[in-house]
This record gives sequence, C-alpha cells and structure tokens, in this order.
Amino acid sequence: MEALISIAIGLLTACGVFLMLRARTFPLILGLTLLSYAVNLFLFASGRLRMNAPPLIRDGASCTDPLPQALVLTAIVIGFGMTAYLVMLSLRALSESGDDHVDVREKQ
Amino acid sequence: MTQHAAILPLLIPFVAALLQLAAKGYGIGVQRAIGLVAAALGVAATLWLVLLADDGMVRVYALGDWVAPFGIVLAVDRLAAIMVLLTASLAASALLYASAGFDERGRHFHPLFQLQVFGLQGAFLTGDLFNLFVFFEVMLLASYVLLAHGGGLARTRAGLAYVVLNLAGSALFLIALGMLYGTLGTLNLADVALRLQAPGIDVAPARLACMLLIAVFALKAALLPLSFWLPHAYAAAGAPVAALFVIMTKVGIVSILRVQAIAFAPAAATADLLDGWLLPLALATVLFAAIGALAAMRLRDLTAWLVLASAGTLLVVPVFPQADVSAAALYYLMQSTFVAAALFLIAELVAVRRGDVADAFLPGPRLQTPWLGLAFLLAAASAVGLPPFAGFLGKLMLLSALRDSGSAIAIWSVFLFAGLLLMLALAKGGGRLFWERSPKHPHGSTHPFCWRRSLAVALLVSPALLLALFARPVSDYAARAAAQLHDPQTYVTGVLGGHAIERETRP
Repeated sequence: MEALISIAIGLLTACGVFLMLRARTFPLILGLTLLSYAVNLFLFASGRLRMNAPPLIRDGASCTDPLPQALVLTAIVIGFGMTAYLVMLSLRALSESGDDHVDVREKQ
Repeated sequence: MTQHAAILPLLIPFVAALLQLAAKGYGIGVQRAIGLVAAALGVAATLWLVLLADDGMVRVYALGDWVAPFGIVLAVDRLAAIMVLLTASLAASALLYASAGFDERGRHFHPLFQLQVFGLQGAFLTGDLFNLFVFFEVMLLASYVLLAHGGGLARTRAGLAYVVLNLAGSALFLIALGMLYGTLGTLNLADVALRLQAPGIDVAPARLACMLLIAVFALKAALLPLSFWLPHAYAAAGAPVAALFVIMTKVGIVSILRVQAIAFAPAAATADLLDGWLLPLALATVLFAAIGALAAMRLRDLTAWLVLASAGTLLVVPVFPQADVSAAALYYLMQSTFVAAALFLIAELVAVRRGDVADAFLPGPRLQTPWLGLAFLLAAASAVGLPPFAGFLGKLMLLSALRDSGSAIAIWSVFLFAGLLLMLALAKGGGRLFWERSPKHPHGSTHPFCWRRSLAVALLVSPALLLALFARPVSDYAARAAAQLHDPQTYVTGVLGGHAIERETRP
C-alpha cells in the first residue's frame, strides 16, 4: 500500500506542477487542485498507513492516528475556499482583459 | 481577566468582523464606527499585553483548555507582544485612512480588514505550527480580497500572481508540516524543539522538513529568488491596504526568527540549517531592492522596493542567533514598518493632488500642501537611515551588533552601499514630486483638508521621531525580548509545563 500511495502522490504532484506551468488560468486552477490533492494525501500518510483501524482510542483495540485526519480536513476546507476565490479572480481577469493568460494583458 | 489577556488581540478583530457583517444593512458609517472602536480597543489590549509580558513569563493560553502539546496554545512572550502592538497600531492608522472614503470603493472592506488583522495577530501569537498555517491562510485569504479592493486591471493582474504564488506556498507549507509530524510526531513548537534534541530521531527527513518550513517563511518574507511578487503586489494595492501589507513580510521574518531561535538552533541536528546560504541571499535581496528603487518610476513602486530592502536587511538576522543582533533587528523592524506604511499613504495623497501625472516622478503641478512635503521628508530620511531619525538608530544598532561577526565586511558594505542607492532614489524622486513644476500643469487640483487622512499620516510618520526620542526604553524592551527569545529553555518549559510526555514509538 505504501508504494501505491507514494505513486499516487507523485503522479498527482507531477500532473499538478505540469498544469501549473501552463500559462493559462484554467489549467493553472486544475494544477493547483491536483497539487492540493497530493498534499492532502501526503498529510494523511504522515500518521502512518493502517488498514481497518478506527481513529478512536480504546483499550486493547488497534487504532490509527486521528490527528492527521483532522489536519487534512482543515487543509481541504481551506484549499476549497482558496480555489473558489481563485476561480472568481480568473473570471474577473478574463472579463477585464478578454484573455485567459496568467499575465492578464491589456485588451487589444 | 489577566489570564485572558492573550486572546484579546484575536477576539477583538474577530468579533468586530462579525458585528460589521451583521450591521451591513445599516450603512457604512456603522461599520466604520465598529472598525475604529475595535482598532482602538486592539491598540489598548496589545499595549496592556506588552506591559504584562514584561515580567519575563511566557503566558500560555490553552484554546479549548487542552494542555500543550495535545491542544493548541497561544504563547505570549515579549517578542509576540511587541509584534501584536505593532500590528494593532499599524492597523488603526490604516483603518483611519481607509475610512475617509477608500472603503466605499468595493464591498466588504471593513470585515475583511478586521479578518486580516485577526490572521496577523494569530500568526504572531500561536505556539503551534499547524495553527500558524491556519492563521497564515486567514491572513492571506483576507489579503487576496483586499488587494483586489477598488478594482482595475493592474490589481487583478497583481492579485492573480499573488494568489497563485501563495497557494503554491501553502501547499509547500502543508508538505513541510506533514513531514515534521511524520518524523517528530508533534506540531507544537516547544515540543518540536524538545523532539529535535531527542536522540534517535530520523535526522534527514527532520532537516528536510525544517528546511521546507524556512523556505515557506522565506517566500512570505520575500527572500531574493522568491521576492519578485512583492513590488508588483504592494504597488498595485490601494494605499491603506498596502500600508497594512507592510507587516506581512514581517510575519515571515519573525516566524523564521522564532523557529530558528527556539527549535532549530538548540538542536544538533538542525543547528547549521541557515549557514552559508541565507546571508548571501539576504544581502542580494538588499542590493536587488536598492537597484529596483533606483529604477522605480512612481513613489508607490519606490516604497514597495523599500519594503523589500528592509525585509532583506532583517533576513540577515536569523543567521546570527545572538541576543544583541535580534534586539537591534526588532528596533529596526518597528521603525521600518511605520515608515514604509506612511510612505504608501503619502504616495496616494500626492497622487490625487497631481492630477494625471499622479505619483510618477515627472514634473507636475505645484502641490499646495507643504505638510505633505514635510511628512515625505521625515519618512524618507528615516527610511534611508539619516540621523537623527529612528531609521538611523536602528541601522546603527544593527551594524554595531554585527560588527564582530565573521562576515561584517560584506554586511557593512552592502548595507551602506544600498543605503546610498536608496537615498539617491528617494532624493531624486522627492525632488521631482515636490519641486519640479511643469508649465503644462499650472495648478494642481485643490483638495479640502481631510483630518482622517492627515491624522493617519501623522500617526505613521511620528514613530520616526518618537522611536528616536524614546530610543532607550524601546531598545531596552527589545533587548529583553531578544534575550527571552534566545532562551529557548524558558519558552519550552513555559509552554509544556516542564513535564515529560511519554510517547509510543511509531513504525
């Protein structure tokens, strides 16, 4: 499972960085979203990967670390808000310059 | 009441933002009144915190009443107290200026302004690294919207780059936190400090995580390869917003100072983390900013470069973890923050009086307001470090504290040369703005005297004199703050209560 998760994180990061380097706003937003997925998976894995273990501490039962799950939840919410704002800003840039280039050039 | 003093700088702007949202229907006057009352209360509360913190104790406020390291705590030492007072005073002046009409140019200015202050204060007060991330995001999200406040293509362009860069920075921040938690099993700063010194930790991933953390803070502090966003973003923002943004680079610098002094420097695994690379980059930032300032064509661009120059100057400091260097840096930080904020406000006041040439360094109409020229003179003289102003004292303290370090020659020559370039840039720009008249524009537009804007400028320029007049008590306090910062043992026992935490070993 470690191999699978690390390949998934690596693939998501690579795609995210590739898309972010396209100088257009829509691929940029997609790239940032993919990157945040990769980061969330990475954060999730920082509490060690365990199968079939609840994030609750009980006597004698095996459990998984609940803290990274809380961190991921926070990161997801923040990332969602940021992406929503970025979409609005990109739309504004598009309507003001008539172009979806990230440099927001003047209208011809 | 004293035990709740630590949370007041957070509660006041937060409650004010909520009240302002609720009071939206009653017109902007009510929002302004709430904002200004909250700003005044914030200054009073943080001043009280500064006085309280002077007993040398680390005040720990457990949010949710879970003790550290299990719960999130706020930790107030002298450094945090100074920074929250600085933020509150800056915010009060900027808000006073904005309430003279800037706040009507877009929507929701007042709640966003308070939320930005909330994020800034939280970033200075928190004792937990993940909580620091959350407060960074609160601060950034508010700053994204404030940057775009007022509209226009230039702001959208600067805003898009700024948002994307900071989102990438946030992703990096989370990776650093994940690695830190994965290796050390904790995110509380005091506990991180303890765990880094514990035997048997995995040194390589811990060092990598710490380095990523420094890189993220360096992005916020605008260290050279990561600083190209700053001049555009700050010059595009509206004047009161730019004035508040001045403190944002300081968040990055203070974060580096704090993690370095408390966690990284005392641990053998991470003690040499900043050696060899931070000093050349910081000096390069100062030179880059000075050259940028020479090339600037408008006063607001020039001021943005000045912010970058002072950030570079302060980034030299974490390389030398000594109390006297940090003390000088704190004094310098205070004056450079106020002066840069004042120059942003002056730039806009000059721009509206010069018609279509605005604040560009071109001959224009004669300004009818001698006090504006005087304010510019005071702020500019302090910014470049001319005696007898606070900027001179700050630079002098910093230079003399760095005298005995091995790289004193490099630091002295770069600082003094950059100071000369900045002085040339400001002298050239000021001469054009205030003295050179063009025959095409016989008269500038006359503006009625606005007491809010004038008072805000006066409040921000006066520290250049006041910090020099009261240099002894202020620098003594800064020295005590620096001594406390470089005594990590007290911080760690203050936060963790001195009892060891048993941990399971993880696979």
